[in-house]
Amino acid sequence: MAAEYDVSALRVEGLWKWFGPRCPRCSTGREEALERNYCPDCGTVYALRDLSFRLFEGEVLGVVGESGSGKSTILNCLYYDMEPSAGAAYLSSFEGGESDVFSVSAQAKRTVRNTLLGKVYQNALLGLKMGFSSISNVAEKLIASGDRNASRMEARAVELLGHVNIPPYRMRENPEFFSGGMQQRVQIAKALSNNPPVLLLDEVTTGLDLSVQAKVLDLVKQIQRELGISMLLVSHDLGVVRMLADRTVVMLNGKVVEAGLTDQILEDPQEPYTQELVHSML
Amino acid sequence: MDAMLAIEGLGKTFSVHQLGKRIKACEGIDLAVAAGEFIGITGRSGSGKSTILKLIYRSYLPQKGRAWYRSERFGPIDLFQTSERQILYLRRREIGYVSQFLNLVPRTTARDSIEQAALEVGMGSERAREEAERMLRHFELDEELWDSYASTFSGGEKLRLNVARAMVKHPRLLLLDEPTASLDERSKGKVRELIGKLKAEGTTMLGIFHDLRFMEGLCDREYGMGLGRFVSDALPVAGAPP
Repeated sequence: MAAEYDVSALRVEGLWKWFGPRCPRCSTGREEALERNYCPDCGTVYALRDLSFRLFEGEVLGVVGESGSGKSTILNCLYYDMEPSAGAAYLSSFEGGESDVFSVSAQAKRTVRNTLLGKVYQNALLGLKMGFSSISNVAEKLIASGDRNASRMEARAVELLGHVNIPPYRMRENPEFFSGGMQQRVQIAKALSNNPPVLLLDEVTTGLDLSVQAKVLDLVKQIQRELGISMLLVSHDLGVVRMLADRTVVMLNGKVVEAGLTDQILEDPQEPYTQELVHSML
Repeated sequence: MDAMLAIEGLGKTFSVHQLGKRIKACEGIDLAVAAGEFIGITGRSGSGKSTILKLIYRSYLPQKGRAWYRSERFGPIDLFQTSERQILYLRRREIGYVSQFLNLVPRTTARDSIEQAALEVGMGSERAREEAERMLRHFELDEELWDSYASTFSGGEKLRLNVARAMVKHPRLLLLDEPTASLDERSKGKVRELIGKLKAEGTTMLGIFHDLRFMEGLCDREYGMGLGRFVSDALPVAGAPP
């Protein structure tokens, strides 16, 4: 366990993402100009509105909120799957945390994505190439991060797939023949392959049956404990966040409505939305 | 004697949005706990005893007042103002909390759950293992259960595990919220024995117990919630650190 408690791994400042033309009414981003996150005049949808947070080294930060609250958009922006409309993000592992990773060159962005970040998608179709073997899927990330040694990459892929409990006799199979839980585990192996300091997890257990959910969550917890990777954990499930995250951010309509220690969010929620969310827990 | 913990003007009101109501839990609480002292908080149900402990541990968001704590790592700090990251550090290394409610990690064996707690305070893995076994033995958990998931345990067994996890860390400050509420006499005795041991080691404790007999001889002073003051003053009250 790291003795340092206040070292940032990732700092996000004033992140915005909107879809649409924007108009004088909504471009201020003010609450009263919008219906939830939608401008009735020009039809612009605000997925993220002025989001700022820090992810500390070795911590799991939970991001909860209903569908459409903007949770996944954060990860999409950070992993360059989507271009942010405004804002900055700093990774302490990139140029000493001095450079905004959104405004660097395309080549630098590739380096950040391939060597400093890992992402597990809710939909395995986005995270894996279904027509290639599991070993190749892991190797793909290693190639992207600059490895060119085939036998070393294969050894690393086998090691990682073993770590996420894919049996050796199935590692050469294509993930299209795998169950949802196995696909998530292959994604986790792939995301970990380049030893990223920051891992982005998007609804990793959604749609999996309970016993498989438990295995994936235990795996994430184990990885966090053993490797001390910082994780941004997006989930609509408060149970998942309670199990894994020390701190939690609650989102609604593209904004953070509440942030705090996870147990405080669950035991003493302040905002009407958070109270409703907590009371909706099964 | 210096205070390890000094609460000044603590107050908490909950806003329940669904009811459109504000519910006052407590108000104007001042109390100081000297280093190595054990303070018992007494009062009827609903008088806000647990609220005080949860505010100190920050499971509840502080509103009014201060909670000075003399941290080994950070020096004197106000727990109500300190950052979440500092609180998380203190929870791992300095401040323990045990309640009557079970907070066990799912799919973790009894042995592992105590061991992990010991590792968090920086014990070596071998020592953590030994200490975990010592705890399991002390609380007379059947050896057959050591490697079973705690979720399969009886209520009393879980509770004993809860206490063991907090105590194996030898915390500097221990908050006890009726950890013996549903234990039989024999198990209560075991908890009492460990509390006595921690006290001898200098652990500062703030505890709530319904069973007043349990507190006899352990507790240095008693704070009466309804009265808003100390009922028995066996020791002098120390001032708050600067």
